[in-house]
Amino acid sequence: MSEIVLAPARDREAEVPAQHPPAKRTRRNHGWYRLISPLAVVVIWQLASTANLVAKDKLPPPSTIWHTASTLITQSSPAYGTLQSAMLVSLQRMAIGFAFGAAAAIALALIAGLSRLGENAVDPLLQILRTLPLFGLIPVFIVWFGIGELPKIILIALGTAIPLYLNTFAGIRSVDAKLIEAAQTLKLSKPRLIRHVILPGALPQALTGLRQSLGVAWLALVVAEQVNANAGLGFMISQATQFLRNDVILVALAVYAALGLVTDALVRLLERRALAWRRTLLS
Amino acid sequence: MAAHAALVRNLSRDFGGTRVLDDLDLDIAEGEFVALLGVSGTGKSTLLRALAGLDPETTGELEVPGPVAVAFQEPRLLPWRRVAANVALGLRAPDPPAVAEHALAEVGLAAKADAWPLTLSGGEAQRAALARALVREPSLLLLDEPFSALDALTRIAMHTLVLRLWRRHRPAVLLVTHDVDEALVLADRVLVLAGGRVRFSGLVDIPRPRDRDDPGLIQLRHRLLAELGVPKEGQF
Repeated sequence: MSEIVLAPARDREAEVPAQHPPAKRTRRNHGWYRLISPLAVVVIWQLASTANLVAKDKLPPPSTIWHTASTLITQSSPAYGTLQSAMLVSLQRMAIGFAFGAAAAIALALIAGLSRLGENAVDPLLQILRTLPLFGLIPVFIVWFGIGELPKIILIALGTAIPLYLNTFAGIRSVDAKLIEAAQTLKLSKPRLIRHVILPGALPQALTGLRQSLGVAWLALVVAEQVNANAGLGFMISQATQFLRNDVILVALAVYAALGLVTDALVRLLERRALAWRRTLLS
Repeated sequence: MAAHAALVRNLSRDFGGTRVLDDLDLDIAEGEFVALLGVSGTGKSTLLRALAGLDPETTGELEVPGPVAVAFQEPRLLPWRRVAANVALGLRAPDPPAVAEHALAEVGLAAKADAWPLTLSGGEAQRAALARALVREPSLLLLDEPFSALDALTRIAMHTLVLRLWRRHRPAVLLVTHDVDEALVLADRVLVLAGGRVRFSGLVDIPRPRDRDDPGLIQLRHRLLAELGVPKEGQF
């Protein structure tokens, strides 16, 4: 015997979407394993140096580099100044160049992204700039702007602007036309359309561009600082080259690397916060 | 003359030499629920887009006196704005968040106000889209196959919801659909679009809730299927 029960149709969409188990924790727990191989390299490097397998003046051991770093921080030397003041000078150059480059890139991407006229005016110029080898411009910049701060900042700004522009422009153009149409039916004004639909839609790709930009900008800083700087990490390196102080050079390089890591981590943090709406990042 | 929510005269639209809408006339009365049927490619969506003000390239007369709102086949919520913010988007009201909250409660989505759209099920997202359309207090609500991507049971729940919301807010509705039964269950009047014009217009004078097996509906269903060029099912 079978009983037939006809219940009223339930609201099927009340189903809760599948909850993804938090995968983050496992990843974080495994994070420190990744430190093993770099630490092993440092230990081997140190041992090889102690055993005189590598020349200490060519490649100073980690202990010497550490010692040099702490001396450079605690004592101001006539040749180098202090490490933190050199770092601040470099960081400031970077910040100014990056700020100008990023502001220009976003403004140009909006001009090019939002209208055909803007695209025709702006995009060809940026495409030409893109093909120019950035560091090949240094001699020209020296002729135009001398050897002061200006050519360095312009080089960093250019290095920042181009990847950020290209990605933001492409991001704006890839915003789903259906969403723009829906926004039109909601009678969104142009500024609101840009703020609520176009910019957030372009953001994922703009952030990809931002990370590329930071990479190029740091590189531009390093190269620009080799050209007749009288302060900063690059200046510290060129001084150390003259005094054959490889330990100082390595300290300065380590600071460059650390700064690059920090800014990359900042962008990642920004991505995680700004793109929280994406399921791929939530799961 | 009765007030109208939409008045269309001699509306035409060409797509690269193909005339999709051809001197089309259409009246929708205030508060009237109209369903628009037609086989694929007959210009149902083209007409709806014209009424929504999304198509500047139509010729003819188009008069829509009041505010218009649209719900599309896909919910088209902004994935980077939470559900409540999507509903309140572009709203000119004294307190948009409160209005949005109320609208979400009306479609049974109050609990999802702070959710990201991508975490919603298909039916939930479509209800959020309905809430977003209705908070604008439209005098003409355009529905472009909004239930076609939903499963059959969810669709039935949505039909009930739409009728309830329509009774409460009394907008005129133009529902574009492929589904003859959906049209018959919901609409005051069912139109068939063919050859770029309204070829058939039938009143559904049967009180709601309607039984699919109501003899009047069966008769109208046969008529509509014939107008759509579909032979009786099971007939060879």
